[in-house]
Amino acid sequence: MAELSVPLHKIAHARAGDKDNRLNISLFPYDPAHWHMLAKQVTPERIREHFSRRKPTSITRHDLPVLGGFNIVLENALGGGVNSSLYLDAHGKCLSFHLLSMPILLSENCNV
Amino acid sequence: MIYETLAERTLAQAQLRLMNGGPGYLPRTEAFLKPVLEICLSHGIRIIGNFGAADPAAACSRIAQLCNELGLRKPKLAYVAGDNVMDGPARNALDKARMDQRELVAANAYIGAASICEALDDGAEIVVTGRVSDPSLALGPLMHVFKWGWEDWDRLAAGTLCGHVLECAAQVTGGYFADPGIKDVPDLANIGFPVAEISRDGVITISKPSGTGGCVTVSTVREQVLYEIDDPASYITPDVVLDLTNVRIAEAGPDRVTLSGAKGREKPRSLRAMACYKGGWFGEAEISYTGPNAVKRGRLAADILDSRLRKLDIPQNRVDLIGVDAISGSCNADPVSLAQVPEIRVRLAVETSTRERAQIALDEVESLYLCGPAGGGGVRNHLVERLSSEPVLIPRELVTSHAVKFDEASHG
Repeated sequence: MAELSVPLHKIAHARAGDKDNRLNISLFPYDPAHWHMLAKQVTPERIREHFSRRKPTSITRHDLPVLGGFNIVLENALGGGVNSSLYLDAHGKCLSFHLLSMPILLSENCNV
Repeated sequence: MIYETLAERTLAQAQLRLMNGGPGYLPRTEAFLKPVLEICLSHGIRIIGNFGAADPAAACSRIAQLCNELGLRKPKLAYVAGDNVMDGPARNALDKARMDQRELVAANAYIGAASICEALDDGAEIVVTGRVSDPSLALGPLMHVFKWGWEDWDRLAAGTLCGHVLECAAQVTGGYFADPGIKDVPDLANIGFPVAEISRDGVITISKPSGTGGCVTVSTVREQVLYEIDDPASYITPDVVLDLTNVRIAEAGPDRVTLSGAKGREKPRSLRAMACYKGGWFGEAEISYTGPNAVKRGRLAADILDSRLRKLDIPQNRVDLIGVDAISGSCNADPVSLAQVPEIRVRLAVETSTRERAQIALDEVESLYLCGPAGGGGVRNHLVERLSSEPVLIPRELVTSHAVKFDEASHG
């Protein structure tokens, strides 16, 4: 079957939050039918590669089928946290949309 | 009415202000309360707020004064004490647990809902807190009204979930949500703050006042449910460990959403505290470039700064190209698209132990006017002293919080 590459942004929404030096990003597909596909494609390995410049020391993806989404946790990704980071975005708040730039392969009969 | 106004950054700033002789409560307390005090006092609407920050008693004093200035009657004021763990039995435990050996300037434990409930039980109309856990601001009044048991974990979980979705106010009513053309939010400029109703059995309904902008949908609510969450099965608060994994969110009408299914487990034996240290001086300076070859001129400026700072031996620094790689670094060196970037801003950030050293670094950006690439402009500087922070766990029994009736006479 032909496949189509789209940014995650086309099919999901996200919000980032911080605690100390830890970044979390919630991720929800608009269409609940896409949940399994995201579970397959938005893997911790791909997240690590996508966020390599932030040098997270570990990545955990919590799968939340009842809430219809995922919680992605990147440890030590904020340059020390909001009170000591030298980053422009010390909270990492903008990074939800960095996640949403990740390319996702859709089957062509999938609704976007 | 609940005011959640304190973050890791704002509490550290309040501690710093207090150290420098300024008020330790949030300076915006007056602006927050002025428009609502009369209505609240005349309608029996009680107010709970963590705007006390580093000095809740001083905030009470200012509120009493404000009521006087507005010609209002004296409200019954109370504050929550005990989050400060610099002294007393908690201090030893703090010193043992902390990793950072720099000069400790403040340490506050995240305390729970009990003291807020106690203040309300005692008749307080305005309860001012410092560092309490954010959801406790909602759980306190719920415990006061429903008299749930302090070990009724599922009820405590429901009250905590309620406080958690409220804690960033408009972030649950369409704030921090809009993505034009993708997920639009109506009338953001007049966004309404959330109203929560909660039943005795713990079902929460989130809505907002009619005639306000924003929206309450399953999506606005679920983004907030996971906001600042680590493990959704174990959101640890001083009152209960909340399990969010089976929370069900459902639309119950226009701009009305219900949440149910929060589960709770026994509260932790330790409390989280934030230790604040002298973090030195944090400086930022920026300069802009636009037009043809802007990125290359910006990169040249960055290289110059890098080499100057090495010469000056200021190693704690970073240089970003805002508009290219300052945040995500996702703009991977594709020369064609980089050549089309219409304007960029070069940003230097430094941390130094003294103000003078930071200023020397920032002056290097100013120098780019004369000694840097062509066409730089719009230099701005920003230099602040900061406190860095570290989370520390302290045995719960060493932290004793309680409600204190505010007595104007004893506080001048």
